[in-house]
Amino acid sequence: MAEKMATRDAYGKILIKLGEKYENLVVMDADLSGSTKSAAFGKEYPERFFNMGIAEQNLYGTAAGLAISGKIVCASTFAMFATGRAFEIIRNSIGYTRANVKICASHAGITTGEDGASHQTFEDIALMRTIPGMTVVNPADGVSAMKLIEQAVAFKGPCYVRLGRAAVPLIYAESVDIKLGKANRLREGKDVAIIATGIMVNEALAAAQELSEEGIEATVIDMHTIKPMDKDAVIEAAKETGAIVTAEEHSIIGGLGGAVAEVLSQNHPVKMKMVGQMDTYGESGKPEELKVKYGMTSANIVKAVKNIKAIKAVKSSI
Amino acid sequence: MDCKELQKTAAQIRMTIIKAVSAAGSGHPGGSLSAADILTTLYFRVMDVDPKYPQKPDRDKFILSKGHAAPVLYATLAEKGFFPKEDVLTLRKINGKFQGHPDMNKVIGVEMSTGSLGQGLSAAVGMAMANKIDRNPGRIYALMGDGEIQEGMIWEAAMSASHYKLDNLTGIVDWNGIQIDGRNDEIMTVTPVADKFKAFGWNVINADGHDIKELIDAFEKAKGFKGKPTVIVAKTVKGKGVSFMENTNAWHGKAPDEDQTKRALEELGGAL
Repeated sequence: MAEKMATRDAYGKILIKLGEKYENLVVMDADLSGSTKSAAFGKEYPERFFNMGIAEQNLYGTAAGLAISGKIVCASTFAMFATGRAFEIIRNSIGYTRANVKICASHAGITTGEDGASHQTFEDIALMRTIPGMTVVNPADGVSAMKLIEQAVAFKGPCYVRLGRAAVPLIYAESVDIKLGKANRLREGKDVAIIATGIMVNEALAAAQELSEEGIEATVIDMHTIKPMDKDAVIEAAKETGAIVTAEEHSIIGGLGGAVAEVLSQNHPVKMKMVGQMDTYGESGKPEELKVKYGMTSANIVKAVKNIKAIKAVKSSI
Repeated sequence: MDCKELQKTAAQIRMTIIKAVSAAGSGHPGGSLSAADILTTLYFRVMDVDPKYPQKPDRDKFILSKGHAAPVLYATLAEKGFFPKEDVLTLRKINGKFQGHPDMNKVIGVEMSTGSLGQGLSAAVGMAMANKIDRNPGRIYALMGDGEIQEGMIWEAAMSASHYKLDNLTGIVDWNGIQIDGRNDEIMTVTPVADKFKAFGWNVINADGHDIKELIDAFEKAKGFKGKPTVIVAKTVKGKGVSFMENTNAWHGKAPDEDQTKRALEELGGAL
């Protein structure tokens, strides 16, 4: 069994290091610092940690004011409330002003689990990536989360970092070179390319392994940066394999699948299948149970690959 | 500047507002005119701002939370010397700097992009927090509309300002009693304004928003008050200074035609 870590834990861990590196780093939260793990920073640097209470609009509005005054701000709460409740504040006070705020939001997606539908967001990537100038990052594991958050804090400008609640297997070794904006190819295969993001990268790797045992070779790409998207990597994968499956713990509307389709439809159209949350709400349950019920497992990816392979075969026989 | 000179400056600012909104063919004269004396007092008497050194780190900052009153902010910055007054006549024109609502990345002297109501006070709170962290003596001023305080976010911001004891923050409510659809009392009652802020932990000063001496006193008292943010509830007249624009919602968001512009400027010129 691989070692596990939730990406929110990676956030809490890297914040301590970043607090030492950047004297002007300020961390804020909206009464969820224990859950988002920003509390760790508060313990270490109490004079630079601000709990804004249960008021997400003001959290991101004040974050903008601090950033415009020269602070680097990491402002955390659950992804649902950050991107949903405070969307228009993020759009107008952070996006439009190009404020240096990192929206590090946890408990995204179905693996939020037992809290249920009100807390499980499948819309956040779609919402954030429509904001001009917003960088959107969705790390696959704890190691890449730390590396990507470090890079997000190092550049000036707004950034959304999607973090999860559940502990997920570590995919990467500490020594790995992960670059913001650059897709990471994890496996090479000629038959199909699986482009995955967040916790679905691990599912994609498992699916590729299973497919390989059946003689189907899949390329697996970790698309940790959804915006700006590494278009070259997407087009290259489409040219090499002629079939793309996307996998995300997010709605199939407007998320990674949508973003990849936008690139391919205008550059190199190939057949696509999208694995993700169908157009529906979640419910309470254990993360692993919910992933199965709502179709976000390696088995769903395997099915999508076989489906698209069948379409490819028919197409080439015509 | 003494009060008399400040009144003259306010009249000049009002004339620029009328000219700019008239040239634009749209915009918000009513709430701009009601705030003209407040901005004049701040920029020409109270605040430490220097158009020759607009990024001075310890300057005072003004946030126009009621961003639709952009014409009064542009007119005041022009009067202060940040840019020529004629420039403001490009208000709301394509490829221009002077957007319908202020853009901090386009106009020098604008400290925060505003327009979506309720957000400016939060930004001001954030700036006041930053100054506290940095022991920066600069003070933060945020002007809200009375209709604007119907936004829930204003009260989130108000709560946080008193929680963090931001005595370097002064809010001002431009209490002209009228919003776009009608009188506050008819649309959504906001009174008692002073009691609401008091209950949220603010120091409250009531003032006549057109009495420059009273405004100076209020701002000086706010500067001296420690441990709490201060709000100045400034009683104003919507459309102040132009008889046919006063006390009506009809001129909240409408530009005067040529004849109306001429009459307005004559009336304001008479105030010189």
